[in-house]
Amino acid sequence: MTPAQAVAASQARERIDAAATREALAWRVLATVEDPEIPALSVVDLGVIRHVRTDAEGTLDIGLTPTYSGCPATEVIRHSIEQALDEAQAGPWRITHLLAPAWTSDWISEEGRRKLAAYGIVPPAKSVATPRQLTHPDRPMACPRCESVNTERLSEFGSTPCKALYRCRDCLEPFEYFKCI
Amino acid sequence: MSAATIAATAAVTATATIAATAATTATTANAATAVTPRATFAYLLRLGDLSLVLAQRLGEWVGHSPALEEDLGVANIALDLIGQARMLLSYAGEVEGRGHGEDEIAFLREHGEYLNATLAEQPNGDFGQTIVRQVLIDAFQLELYERLAASADERLANIAAKTVKETRYHLRYSAGWLVRLGDGTAESHARVQSALERLWPLTAELFAADTVDRAMTDLRVAPPLEQVRSAWSARIDAILAEATLERPRDQSYAWFGKRGQHSEHLGYLLAEMQYMQRTYPGARW
Repeated sequence: MTPAQAVAASQARERIDAAATREALAWRVLATVEDPEIPALSVVDLGVIRHVRTDAEGTLDIGLTPTYSGCPATEVIRHSIEQALDEAQAGPWRITHLLAPAWTSDWISEEGRRKLAAYGIVPPAKSVATPRQLTHPDRPMACPRCESVNTERLSEFGSTPCKALYRCRDCLEPFEYFKCI
Repeated sequence: MSAATIAATAAVTATATIAATAATTATTANAATAVTPRATFAYLLRLGDLSLVLAQRLGEWVGHSPALEEDLGVANIALDLIGQARMLLSYAGEVEGRGHGEDEIAFLREHGEYLNATLAEQPNGDFGQTIVRQVLIDAFQLELYERLAASADERLANIAAKTVKETRYHLRYSAGWLVRLGDGTAESHARVQSALERLWPLTAELFAADTVDRAMTDLRVAPPLEQVRSAWSARIDAILAEATLERPRDQSYAWFGKRGQHSEHLGYLLAEMQYMQRTYPGARW
């Protein structure tokens, strides 16, 4: 390796290191951005951040996908991300809106599922929904408070597009289920 | 020309051009590329307008539903439909290539330029009639979008893959209600049976393939409508059987909303939907 090559190689390594540092910073910042409708979850927990990359010009590219196509939280999430990245002085960045592959509740992280349960929302059934799952009766749903499975579904839809409404027949408390899509 | 004379013109001219090209079997590459965007534009408007107009109707229930859960249910379905309409109409605007965005397409067209099937604009009636309309359209959208997810048009395929997940839930909700009402009291049964008879003739239009539909099928953008029809039919039969409702006989029909020939109900719906954009042009949230 000539000295010039060695310098170039070390510069390339530095660029890669710098990019990795900025990407890691971006992930840390994103982990603090709350879902406006389920503040227990960050946008990273929710699985709507599909990638953080650095392009050739050094711009951070953040891939964002919506949960439901009409979810009004999508735009709030976008603004919150923009604000958080600006405040963290994460350098030049852009948000790329991704449609495919379509978001699935399987992308909610393990930590996200724990946070949902602690928040009183039953996490979605695991594994991607199949048409069969959707046209057949649900598994018995356990009440997040008293764990009774003597529960009933009140509505296919809840306070947000992503949730369904249930009630426990034993402790009589209503609760929400994060739908599996 | 008005901001969006487009739809009707596109539908009509595309129809005429496609008919002409089909007649002379010598389709040149030029003719094909001239026809495709117009037919694609009309097709995207049909899909987007179906969702948009149905969502506007469902929105009328907000604050008036029989129960809070149903208020949430219909509002959530309307929200999904608006999201779908936004994706489809934005894409339509790009295909049209005149710089019209989703809002101009959604709010600034004239009556005859909306290309939704006539069924979507039918009044809500009682909750039972709303549910009958919803089941008929949900089942159609489900069968259609499952197939559109494999469309040769990648953008449409992606939109369809997203849409179909939501549509499954819509049908689960609406079919669940139809079964409860059909297999409920004598009164609820009679009401949904009569709504079914009123709305049934309008379902024929969904499957009546014209030149736009055929052009899309030939290009593998859309599935053949006969295929969608038989799948829809089987699904509807199963739901009606569970709901103890009788499938009405197929009849002739007069409306052709997907070619811009609407029932008298659409005008009133548009007057309300377009009011803000017409009063405050360019208003944004």
